[in-house]
Amino acid sequence: MTIIEKIIQHHTEDEVSPGRIVWMDLDIRSARDFGGPNVVKNYEREYAGLPLADKTKTFFTFDLCAPACTLRYADNQQACRDFALKQGVEVFDVDRGIGTHVLMEEGLAQPDSTVVGTDSHMNILGAVGCFGQGMGDVDITFAFRSGRTWFEVPETVKVVLKGAYKKPTAAKDLTLFLLKELGTKKIALRAAEFYGPAVAGLTLAGRLTLASMITEMAGIIGFIPEGFEAAKQELAGLTKPSRGLSSSVSADEGAAYAEIIELDVQGLPPQVAAPFSPTNVKPVSELRGTKIHSGFIGSCTNGRFEDFSEAARILKSRKVKKGVMLKVVPATRRVYEELLSRGILEDLFRSGAIIHNPGCGGCAEGHVGLTGKGEVQISTGNRNFAGKQGKGETYLASPAVVAASCVLGQIASPEDI
Amino acid sequence: MEKTSCRGRIWVLQDRAGRLIEDIDTDQIFHNAFLHITEISEMGQHALGNLEGWKDFAAKARPGDILVAGRNFGAGSSRQQAVDCFIALKTGAVLAPSFSSIYFRNAVNSGFPVLRCGVLEEMAGQRRLESGDEIEVDVRAGQGLNLSKKVRFEVEPMSAVQWDIFQAGNLFAFGRALNRRS
Repeated sequence: MTIIEKIIQHHTEDEVSPGRIVWMDLDIRSARDFGGPNVVKNYEREYAGLPLADKTKTFFTFDLCAPACTLRYADNQQACRDFALKQGVEVFDVDRGIGTHVLMEEGLAQPDSTVVGTDSHMNILGAVGCFGQGMGDVDITFAFRSGRTWFEVPETVKVVLKGAYKKPTAAKDLTLFLLKELGTKKIALRAAEFYGPAVAGLTLAGRLTLASMITEMAGIIGFIPEGFEAAKQELAGLTKPSRGLSSSVSADEGAAYAEIIELDVQGLPPQVAAPFSPTNVKPVSELRGTKIHSGFIGSCTNGRFEDFSEAARILKSRKVKKGVMLKVVPATRRVYEELLSRGILEDLFRSGAIIHNPGCGGCAEGHVGLTGKGEVQISTGNRNFAGKQGKGETYLASPAVVAASCVLGQIASPEDI
Repeated sequence: MEKTSCRGRIWVLQDRAGRLIEDIDTDQIFHNAFLHITEISEMGQHALGNLEGWKDFAAKARPGDILVAGRNFGAGSSRQQAVDCFIALKTGAVLAPSFSSIYFRNAVNSGFPVLRCGVLEEMAGQRRLESGDEIEVDVRAGQGLNLSKKVRFEVEPMSAVQWDIFQAGNLFAFGRALNRRS
């Protein structure tokens, strides 16, 4: 069996094979401040007076508009808090950061577990060998009450990467390259397993970057089995000691793949996705010199300590160019704390960056500012669809490329500095 | 009584070159500026509100209208509102060669017919499907009929789960029916 088939099989009594619809147990069910209030409303309408399947497996994570920037969000968050208090459910509130990252840091997203939530990037948890899946509020309401859901077992594609790349090329560049090569068709509605030295050596942060953008490839989830033990150690270092990490994640010998795709990443240069699609990817050299007005470093894709420290290596003792606005948003409070204690936040601040509290701001339209008509932004986020962050144009790149571009006021490679 | 078919006027979501628009994402269907809305009745006015060329859809849509779109319809976020906005307008169905996984689930769970059909691009290219045509689709048998042009076409029939949830009304009603049976 492939990895996704094994995880699903561990959570169902139904027969698992691609194309079959199974009823699957869900280890963790969560809802954000987006979707969450709809879940509460659904629950109170459909299941008034009935208990949750298991309150200890149910969570709220507020990350979209944190703290609330509109009255509607304030009302919505409070409605979730009231429901959570009544039901005895834990809330990772507006101080905590991006829900998927918080669930991971809390040890709730374990290898070989199933986790759902109202976040289309829930499959980022594939980075830790967990079957995370984003779902709408109807699904999540049902999951709160029953602890289960139906799921069509996807086919799996094996993606084998040959060759290696060197800094300043980073996991984000590899991910953007894969977006260009795989587009929204090659792994659409399928799971992917990535193999080869270029991914085997990825750190936890790098794995999160790649796994987070499977959604933009229209895939179900992506796994990186090679080098997983080291990433698991990193994860264990983040999580509370009380929650062990026992399971491993690997495909069986002879697992059946729908397709095997080989790609060469030898000497890959930094990549940038131009507006208005994450798949509209070019080497940075083709876009070098494009004038920018703003930059953003953060999001579930590039919001870990390592991402900011890469940016700070370039920004330390340099200045963000006059007229350019750089917004910095750590993924979680824990990341923020580490950046603070190791002096990275100060380096970023002194370079001229605006430091915001943790959350999804800057990538989703939220309280960290929008782009205006004619504004050109370079971002470490995962989406640059028209209108996603405002009326401006967004280019997607790695933290190092964003930092270099903000110093020069135009799209640039870190080597240009 | 079983509801087995959808009938209505179609909106063919094409670009200026006449190709079906692919990868229509949830920000184009229901923009994230309105995610705070939790009342379905307030959602209809924003349907396709950020899809260039089709921003007047909500104002002009009639109950029963059917959308025809390109592959990977509903890419992007997990927002249920991108389905609920069509339910608010009493839209009859969406036909596309493929849908994003989350969007498809959300629609199935809400009992909103999303139907996969591989011949749409070809039919639209040959003007055998044009905006304003009246079509009828048997979702169980997988048969489509363009009543205006007297052309038949095949649609992927609903899966067992999709059909069961569609018949029950939505996932909640289906879940209650399951509990009664077991």
